[in-house]
Amino acid sequence: MSDQKKVNRRDFIYTASTVVGVVGVGAAAWPLIDQMNPDASVKALATTEVDVSLVKPGQSITVLWRGKPVFIKRRTENEINEAKAVSLTELKHPEKDEDRVSNPEWLVMLGVCTHLGCVPLADKGDYNGWFCPCHGSHYDTSGRIRKGPAPTNLEIPKYEFVNNNTIKIG
Amino acid sequence: MSEHNYQPKSKFGKWFNDRLPLLTLANHLTDYPTPKNLNYWWTFGGILTFCLITQIITGLVLAMHYIAHADLAFSSVEHIMRDVNYGWLIRYIHANGASMFFLAVYIHIFRSLFYGSYKAPREIIWILGIMIYLLMMAAAFMGYVLPWGQMSFWGATVITNLFSAIPLVGESITTWLWGGYSVDNPTLTRFFTLHYLIPFLILGLVVLHIWALHVPGNNNPIGIDIKKPSKDTVSFHPYIVVKDLFALLLFLILFAFFVFYSPNVLGHADNYIEANPLVTPAHIVPEWYLLPFYAILRSIPDKLMGVIAMLSAILILAALPWLDTSKIRSAVFRPLYKQFYWILVLDVLILGYVGAMPAEGLYLLIARIGTAYYFAHFLIILPILGKVEKTLPLPMSISEPILGGSLNAEPARSKEDFQKL
Repeated sequence: MSDQKKVNRRDFIYTASTVVGVVGVGAAAWPLIDQMNPDASVKALATTEVDVSLVKPGQSITVLWRGKPVFIKRRTENEINEAKAVSLTELKHPEKDEDRVSNPEWLVMLGVCTHLGCVPLADKGDYNGWFCPCHGSHYDTSGRIRKGPAPTNLEIPKYEFVNNNTIKIG
Repeated sequence: MSEHNYQPKSKFGKWFNDRLPLLTLANHLTDYPTPKNLNYWWTFGGILTFCLITQIITGLVLAMHYIAHADLAFSSVEHIMRDVNYGWLIRYIHANGASMFFLAVYIHIFRSLFYGSYKAPREIIWILGIMIYLLMMAAAFMGYVLPWGQMSFWGATVITNLFSAIPLVGESITTWLWGGYSVDNPTLTRFFTLHYLIPFLILGLVVLHIWALHVPGNNNPIGIDIKKPSKDTVSFHPYIVVKDLFALLLFLILFAFFVFYSPNVLGHADNYIEANPLVTPAHIVPEWYLLPFYAILRSIPDKLMGVIAMLSAILILAALPWLDTSKIRSAVFRPLYKQFYWILVLDVLILGYVGAMPAEGLYLLIARIGTAYYFAHFLIILPILGKVEKTLPLPMSISEPILGGSLNAEPARSKEDFQKL
């Protein structure tokens, strides 16, 4: 044992077997961890089609998509103008109203407060939009965060107009 | 641990004990020398053990009738309340038992804070205690979700969303916790499983907590080291056992008051409405025992920082043995600490109060001041106080303040002195 720094066979075997052991345990643990992720039946409910023919200007409906409420609001001329008039510098999470809607009349967004997931109340708050009763976040007529603890604007889900009266979410 | 030269009397006892020394353990627990000046604040360890066992037994029975499914959970709880023999009683004991458990654990923690029980050589006991407290909060939270009422559902939504504050992976973690894109049936079934598991983890930690306690022995109201066994100690059985049982009886009067006379006063009426993912109740409040931390969460205007502050408020307790620089344990001999201690108690009570109020205006301001003071107590006041405080002289033994007639340090009187009197 003249050269103690030299890596001998035993050290190599020790390290190699530890690595193999750790990889093995990790591989065995993964199914136990991944089983908690959304399962096939949950993922299968990924799209919802909604008939909006009965919604009049100023009205809004709430539908359930993937267990979450989605607000579909048919905005009035005033509300659209109000949303467009806001300058981006006033916003905590700057987004143009145009970028949040495909048709300005229809605002489609997740009814889930980006703070801690409560459902905001419509036509409430300081900005004529939505107000979250849990921790006091105020959203404007474009669903953008204006005041309170929520970090971002109400999320826009993926959606498209299948025809004039039907919206497909997801 | 004290000496283990115990020998069972019977021949079978000796044969058995040589193979598994259970009788030695039983003897250790009976003879365990305990400071003779322990006051009633020290009875809460026993009371907490009782609470844990009560929760396990009543929980086991409830699990025989409860159905963990989003469509059936709410009505299975009503089935327990209306149809199952004594179901109402067992459920009310379990639900109020959680509150009683936390009441006792808060008294237990604040007793430790007053008498400096967390200081050397008892740091591990303290940290095990904090771990038990964290698991208790997890168990209580998940248990509250099981009836699948409106508060269950929205409480679960808000608390699991705390994880979404984590940068980059937050979203994936919440989805993983939910087993979906919102709190739903997969969430309920896993919470039920974990709610069933955690009490047994707590039980294991309690064994370690008591084991760690039995190495240095109990702290005591004057916080000095004592010789064990000596004239300053009494054996655990019967002295402490009887005192603990008496305190438990008094505690049970309070417990029974809630169970029989106001079983719902600590709950929320909204939880008798079945969970509805489309409507959030107007005012979401956690159970009373989580309110101070909830106030801290809401007092910070930033989402991630709020979550960090709330977690730090609990985890900072684990560092307490090193943040408190004073070598004197008991607040009895620390005139300044004693005052700051009571300010902290008041601060936590105020935080609890504003935690139940809407987060706006004056309440928000009070919550912010209370949060700042809470952290200042641990991070600024305690480290400095230990260095600058003039403490009172410690007595030489437990007997001395009584027999010596004053707290001034004079040696304990000898037998001859008493004969002269």
